[in-house]
Amino acid sequence: MTGFRLTAGGLIDRDTALNFTFDGKAFAGHQGDTLASALIANDVHLMGRSFKYHRPRGVISAGSSEPNALVEMREGGRKVANTRATMIELYDGLIARSQNRWPSLEFDVGAVNSLASAVFVAGFYYKTFMWPKSFWEKIYEPLIRRAAGLGVASKEPDPDKYEKAYAHCDLLVVGSGPAGLMAALTAARSGARVILADESSALGGSLLNENEEIGGMSGLEWAMATLAELSAMPNVTLMPRTTIFGWYDDNIFGAVERVNDHVLEPSPYEPRQRYWRIMAKRAVMATGAEERPIVFGGNDVPAVMTATAMRTYANRYGAAAGKSIVVFTNNSSGQRTARDMQAHGINVEAVIDARLKDDVIVNVKGGKRASAVELNGHRVIPCDAVAMSGGWSPIVNLMCHRGAKPIWNETIAGFLPPDVGPAFVAAGSAAGHMLLSECLADGARAGTMKGKVPAVPKCRDEAFAITPLWWVKQSTGKAFVDYQNDATAKDLPLAAREGYRDIELAKRYTTAGMATDQGKLGNVNAIAILADATGRTMDQVGTTTFRPYYTPVSFGAMAGPFVGHHFQPVRKTPLHDWAEELGAVFVETGLWMRSSWFPQQGEDWLAAASREVLATRSRVGLCDVSTLGKIDVQGADAAEFLNRLYCNTFSTLDVGKARYGLMLREDGIVFDDGTTSRLAADHFLMTTTTANAARVMSHMEFCHQAHWPELDVQYVSVTEQWAQMAIAGPKARATLQKIVDGMTLDDTTFPYLAAKNITVLGGMTARLFRISFSGEHAYELSVPADYGNMVARALMQAGEEFGIAPYGIEALSIMRVEKGHVAGGELNGTTTAGDLGLGKMMSTKKDYVGRMMAQREGMLDKDRQCVVGIRPHDAQDKIRSGTHILNKDDAPSMAADQGYISSVAWSPMLNMWLGLALLANGRARHGEVVKLFDGLRNIHSHGVICDPVHYDKENKKLHA
Amino acid sequence: MLINCPHCGTRPVEEFTFNGDASVQRPVSTDMDAWFDYVYLRDNPKGRFDEYVQHSSGCRAWLVVTRDTQTHEVFGVVTARDYAKTRVKA
Amino acid sequence: MKYSVFSLLKNTLSGHKNWAPAWRDPQPKKDYDVIIIGGGGHGLATAYYLAKVHGITNVAVLEKSWLGSGNIGRNTTIIRSNYQLPGNNPFYEWSLKLWEGLEQDFNFNAMVSQRGVLNLCHTDPQRDAFARRGNAMHLDGVDAELLDAQAVRDMYPFLDFDNARFPIKGGILQRRGGTVRHDAVAWGYARGADLRGVDVIQNCEVTAIKTTGGKVVGVQTNKGFIGCKKLGLAAAGNSSEVAAMAGLKLPIESHVLQAFVSEGLKPYIDGVVTFGAGHFYVSQSDKGGLVFGGDIDGYNSYARRGNLPMVEHVIEAGVAMIPGLARVRVLRSWGGIMDMSMDGSPIIDKTSIDGLYLNAGWCYGGFKATPASGWCFAHTIAKNEPHKLNAAYRLDRFRRGYMIDEKGQGASPNLH
Repeated sequence: MTGFRLTAGGLIDRDTALNFTFDGKAFAGHQGDTLASALIANDVHLMGRSFKYHRPRGVISAGSSEPNALVEMREGGRKVANTRATMIELYDGLIARSQNRWPSLEFDVGAVNSLASAVFVAGFYYKTFMWPKSFWEKIYEPLIRRAAGLGVASKEPDPDKYEKAYAHCDLLVVGSGPAGLMAALTAARSGARVILADESSALGGSLLNENEEIGGMSGLEWAMATLAELSAMPNVTLMPRTTIFGWYDDNIFGAVERVNDHVLEPSPYEPRQRYWRIMAKRAVMATGAEERPIVFGGNDVPAVMTATAMRTYANRYGAAAGKSIVVFTNNSSGQRTARDMQAHGINVEAVIDARLKDDVIVNVKGGKRASAVELNGHRVIPCDAVAMSGGWSPIVNLMCHRGAKPIWNETIAGFLPPDVGPAFVAAGSAAGHMLLSECLADGARAGTMKGKVPAVPKCRDEAFAITPLWWVKQSTGKAFVDYQNDATAKDLPLAAREGYRDIELAKRYTTAGMATDQGKLGNVNAIAILADATGRTMDQVGTTTFRPYYTPVSFGAMAGPFVGHHFQPVRKTPLHDWAEELGAVFVETGLWMRSSWFPQQGEDWLAAASREVLATRSRVGLCDVSTLGKIDVQGADAAEFLNRLYCNTFSTLDVGKARYGLMLREDGIVFDDGTTSRLAADHFLMTTTTANAARVMSHMEFCHQAHWPELDVQYVSVTEQWAQMAIAGPKARATLQKIVDGMTLDDTTFPYLAAKNITVLGGMTARLFRISFSGEHAYELSVPADYGNMVARALMQAGEEFGIAPYGIEALSIMRVEKGHVAGGELNGTTTAGDLGLGKMMSTKKDYVGRMMAQREGMLDKDRQCVVGIRPHDAQDKIRSGTHILNKDDAPSMAADQGYISSVAWSPMLNMWLGLALLANGRARHGEVVKLFDGLRNIHSHGVICDPVHYDKENKKLHA
Repeated sequence: MLINCPHCGTRPVEEFTFNGDASVQRPVSTDMDAWFDYVYLRDNPKGRFDEYVQHSSGCRAWLVVTRDTQTHEVFGVVTARDYAKTRVKA
Repeated sequence: MKYSVFSLLKNTLSGHKNWAPAWRDPQPKKDYDVIIIGGGGHGLATAYYLAKVHGITNVAVLEKSWLGSGNIGRNTTIIRSNYQLPGNNPFYEWSLKLWEGLEQDFNFNAMVSQRGVLNLCHTDPQRDAFARRGNAMHLDGVDAELLDAQAVRDMYPFLDFDNARFPIKGGILQRRGGTVRHDAVAWGYARGADLRGVDVIQNCEVTAIKTTGGKVVGVQTNKGFIGCKKLGLAAAGNSSEVAAMAGLKLPIESHVLQAFVSEGLKPYIDGVVTFGAGHFYVSQSDKGGLVFGGDIDGYNSYARRGNLPMVEHVIEAGVAMIPGLARVRVLRSWGGIMDMSMDGSPIIDKTSIDGLYLNAGWCYGGFKATPASGWCFAHTIAKNEPHKLNAAYRLDRFRRGYMIDEKGQGASPNLH
């Protein structure tokens, strides 16, 4: 028993005992502990296994850079993998398990990989596993996959909630150590709106774990006093447990706040985590510096950790890593740890300071727990923990997220942040200041919004000096650069020998820096070793690219509430309630929910839709068409505007009449279609397809504002202002007549294509159009959206005596296929007006969008696929959308492809399946028998090409 | 990324819809080469770039944003309407 | 040195001190028969096939940065040939066939893994479109299966079937699709080309293209002038900038596409799955990270990084498709620059300048095309005419009106 709880000290509440389990074994810790500190206090150093060799591992760090001590937390839908034990705040009932080991952490069969480590060098897998070819997928890869990966993730829905929030501030301070606190305090005192964020559970940064003196008090006391002042100010927001994970354009920062990861379960009124987008006028990066390991044999043995980690566990958590320690350092940090540990009564067996002597550690003995270090010259020093410090790397990540590269500095032996302009500046040790007084002064400078920089409190400085020592080449044990990925020092020279000399190539080949800590601890060591191996300087090698996320961010946080049913909003039509009352089945159409069919007892969709068609074609039907886009166009140049938007002409349309319009894109392909009515000389009402409503609106705005700003025209979408219903069938007129005010509907007062403002039901504003998509004598009636349900119910009542039936978009679709009207399947973004059989609509007398490009040879090629009707050759056969069409005697091949079926419907009128198809040179092929190829469903039959209009070719019913 | 809409003020990028190069101009002629250039060819510079942007979740105005395609820095924003008028004069 | 289990063991015995470099680090010669601009997947593959298929070995590949630093090193590693248009499908199917034999061909394990690519559908029209596409694939002899919701559920029971805004109605599955270790593709081609005499020259940036009398004569670089008889441009993402050096204006805009990887996990999802109601697709690497992506940010960009709105959309779509992902963490995101073309399809062609060849416009589909793109571009350069597989990818198709528009979005590059 060597790791233990110190009898005094630390920011833990010794009066509360928190019970937790690790790998099923029960332990206790205190409020204020992390899982890592509680385990160390319980003498547990073995917390995980490495990725490739399954080496036993303990903590290296006491913070978010931890690569080793990753654990699986919680159960069921709350199970989460790969959480850093160093960042988990202990709570009562915590359950954690180790990962990547089988059958147990103590005895892991995977450790056999270590035996073959001489073979398993960097990139070995690129050179083998290729023979026999079929073995890769069947044998090698499944084995590798099972062995790889870290923790096991949940596949169950997460019962917790997440939120998204936005914040704006004058100054965002990232990090709450001395520089961050000073920056926040300075800015806040000048009245600026300040956000101070820190990833840790408590604010204070290094002042929580270092023995400092500031302004005549301890560093901790000064931090608490400063935080007390900040928290009392209304212009300051303090955000502990908040990681600023990325820096984006225009000083936008992404952040995640771990609101409830430190409790057993969040309250039902609070999220687990909250994602923030913070818009900062200025920001200060006071993120501190990361202590680097030294690369020496056995630098991964449990109880070997950074010097700062060791004293943090002792100072902040009252947890001693061991009873007799050895310190290995190349800078002042090691001495500091030795001093602090001695003050806690720990034996310091040796301080091996590379600045003073040539002594180095070549190996750490002990396997699952350090038991001794071996120095060069074979001297062995027994110990039960090792502190190491290879120097400091300013935490420059955020400032490099937008492409700038950090700059090597010899004096501190670290990369300094780049200059990215005044809106985002670094302060303190993140800027390379290694003295406390410099950090405070730098923080004050960075927090000064304008004017003079205020004086800062006096403090005690700890001298800093470093003599780089990267890799102990004499190491007899494995020396790790990237702990989690098991990249060793020897891998980098090997990569260089093989040609992977660029740091980016070396990273990819050795995987150094690609683990979940993204090289926070190991990258600078890797750069140094590669520099040495290739005869380059640190600057010449440079760093790999820093990218978000500073630490990994959960999907849940970034998705927020927009998941499940709330992934996208739901649009309901004004007639939704009416349709629901009648038992409609709704279907997703874009964001809309449309009534699809209205089943009566025992009916499936086909039976219902067929009955609805028969009712409509023989009596009268009512359909909700409110989702069509409706755009109100007004102004002296309204007609001219429409002339330019549509390929056909609208200036010649009479007031009180409607006309079908076809709109092209500028590349000559059909964009959209719909009926436009002229309500007054300078007033039109356009309709668009449901799918393109928003795009057509945007297109009009573009054309007007960018091309023809001189046109005197205004337009607005009124899609949601009007409920629109189609009343179709032989009894449509009789039904409508019963609710229309003061007008007799006949072919004189209201002929085909009439469009007028009217009133219904005794004075209600309405618009009536005599237009038809079904081919029946039909009308579309618009009423203000709020009255839609009421009017629909009134129409149902009015039509009751005629046997009115509601019909949905399935029936609508059947009737449009029967009539050969094109819709989404044919308006697919690749068809021309000619392809759709609407070439004659293209005016030759005016300019319009798409006119010129529609004249290219490929757009007029006679072999283009154009719309035809199709029927099964054997009338009993079913035909299916997506079936391809071949010449009757051709064998299937892509070269023989003639087209495909774009829409089908079961026609209750003709008692057979009908369809529309896009067929090469199709208009010349009516009557031809073709082969129908449906290899996907393995159905092969024959079809007959015909005119697209399958039903009522003479349009008798339309005018009946 | 933030864009300063002349009507609505500074707004986040997701409120906007992009429609590419604003330097191209719809030809008045019926010259096929001019039309082909207009519809299909783009300068696509690395650096300063005038582009059409609609404030689609705001005032719905089409704007011309001058922006650096490497740094995403926005230099200026005018309405497409004003841009078109200045261009006609030029 | 041939890579094999034997060479690995032999080198283990000598402490791995004797591995030969995978490629030389040559200085440029005075001139070459062919220069390829762009040491990414397509450029290196082109050089490889020029040497291997056409015996043209006096070739240099000029890369302005490190080898494979472009989109070959920053994609989401998916291979498939599930295209519907006649101009596309045979090309991508040839690419998939080349993938299937690639590792043995270039003696490098690129971890080609045919784990299946499943596209989900959520509406009837989507299913009809899949049927059309799947049947087009069958016509070309390519595998495709149309799955109903239950079949999808049998494969991936942890997708959201019960609480979804857009219920999963089925999907189309190409079992021969899958993933490949992307960096290894660049390395394998580079090594294979180098072995056959090609000079792969890193940190060599082309600053000017020299022509005389309408014919290419060489390139100016930061390592001096290098002469050539033929010059191939394979610099997708930067095609416009490179082509502009020869005075060409292209039907291309550059856009940024973000991609992501999660922390390493034990096997979670077996194949590639694409959401049909939002922009999200995902697979899992051999190392255990979930590799995923979505749509381009939407604005022209040469920055290899994006912004948060698209990140949020992609992640929302991810959790909408797989609710369990909520507690998985995203490790890293990055961006690549796409040549977004005017019909969503690429260009492999000669140009109006004698000896200048163009390989561009890959949108975000370039990775899967790497072998066939190199193969066809090599053919086009060697024979001075396109192979029938890339015959549709002509530069003049826009002028003539023969676009290859799978999505039907027209001349709006950011919608493809």
